[in-house]
Amino acid sequence: MVQLLATIEHAVKKPVWGCTMCGQCVLHKTGLTCPMTCPKNLRNGPCGGVREDGNCEVEPDMPCVWVKAQDRSEKMPRTWREQFDDLRPPVDNRLQGTSSWKNLLTGRDKQVPAGWQSDEE
Amino acid sequence: MSSLAELLTEPTPARPVITAECPPVDGGGLNAISEHVRRLAPYVDALNATDNAAAHAHASNVAVAIALNRLGVEPIMQVACRDKNRLALEADIVGAALHGVTTLCCMTGDDVTAGDEPETGRVFDMDSPQLIRAANRLAQGRYLSGRPLDPAPPLLIGAVENPGAPPYAYRVRRGLKKAAAGARFLQLQICYHEDRLTEFTNLAESTGLNRKVALLPTICLVKGAKALRFMNERVPGIAVPQSVIDLVANASDEREAAYQLALEQAKHALSLPGVRGLHFADFRHDDTLGRIVADLGLPTVRGAPDSEAIAV
Ligand code: SF4
Repeated sequence: MVQLLATIEHAVKKPVWGCTMCGQCVLHKTGLTCPMTCPKNLRNGPCGGVREDGNCEVEPDMPCVWVKAQDRSEKMPRTWREQFDDLRPPVDNRLQGTSSWKNLLTGRDKQVPAGWQSDEE
Repeated sequence: MSSLAELLTEPTPARPVITAECPPVDGGGLNAISEHVRRLAPYVDALNATDNAAAHAHASNVAVAIALNRLGVEPIMQVACRDKNRLALEADIVGAALHGVTTLCCMTGDDVTAGDEPETGRVFDMDSPQLIRAANRLAQGRYLSGRPLDPAPPLLIGAVENPGAPPYAYRVRRGLKKAAAGARFLQLQICYHEDRLTEFTNLAESTGLNRKVALLPTICLVKGAKALRFMNERVPGIAVPQSVIDLVANASDEREAAYQLALEQAKHALSLPGVRGLHFADFRHDDTLGRIVADLGLPTVRGAPDSEAIAV
């Protein structure tokens, strides 16, 4: 059942967003643009290498994922738009290949390393 | 001699803070580093120890930072996300702190394709805001795992931002994210479009970014138009307008024209709201840093490091 979910998720999200099944989906917070298609795997905004035409430092023919994301996020509902600026934690590499839908339902995708949360929060 | 941490918290700064890049070092022992120190240190508050700059392998950031410290200059240890996973990055920061290196500058890092070993694997296990937070947690006495680190290293954490790369309006928000993650200064990438730097600092002022982090725009000291063309074509995220290249290329004395360009940029940067100082990248390898600091009316920060410290 769980594997089936992952298969369906991939079938739906791969063609549209180039989903790589990181298992901790942030699409709604990133202007419905998958940050994992960024060659540097950045989850918190664009690197300093974005080209003058808005294309990627690494793939000159591809628009920078984050330029696209930021542009699109401006057109999103307010809460999602605001979440664009959230500090997203490092990827949990154990979730690679699992279904983010399941991880969302179980709250697994919200788990962060014990030392991540700042003392002031 | 005040530390960078002290200078950045001064309520009424007496003068701009000056930092500079220590050129990458390969062989030649500590003498190779002390030569750079002798040339640059009198004019700076701290020197950056780069981390495989432009994706080229060199003596490591940790090794160079420790050497700078021994030579009597505060090192700013650059830490890039490109080459190491989070365990290695935490280990480098904690290890360097063991040697008294406690000032960091966190960055994503140019892609491996910008370097001379483009076939290498890219790591990017964390991104720069995550690295800043991880370093900040070390300073609060915790590894990412939650395991205590006692005593916690007293880290001063900085980062970079590029006012000259799209999406321009978003760059300040990214700066705010880095400030919230724990950055206290931002070394800004060299920006040959003056208007973009102006716009960035205006937004920084209206959003309060410059009250959270010290802004240090970079000024590059280059020999002539060739270097400007190279940066424009080859260095990720840097665009040099053709008019600027022509100005230098068509001058009767290219070297002098390149100097005047840097001087104008430095004056302009210091005139902007919230700019706390400058960061220099010296590709001329001569006495230009001393000249520009004097032309800006800034004091020499320290005497040349004594030969005792150099003779390690
Ligand atoms: S330019 Fe954009 S897509 Fe390319 S590596 Fe940088 S952030 Fe990622």
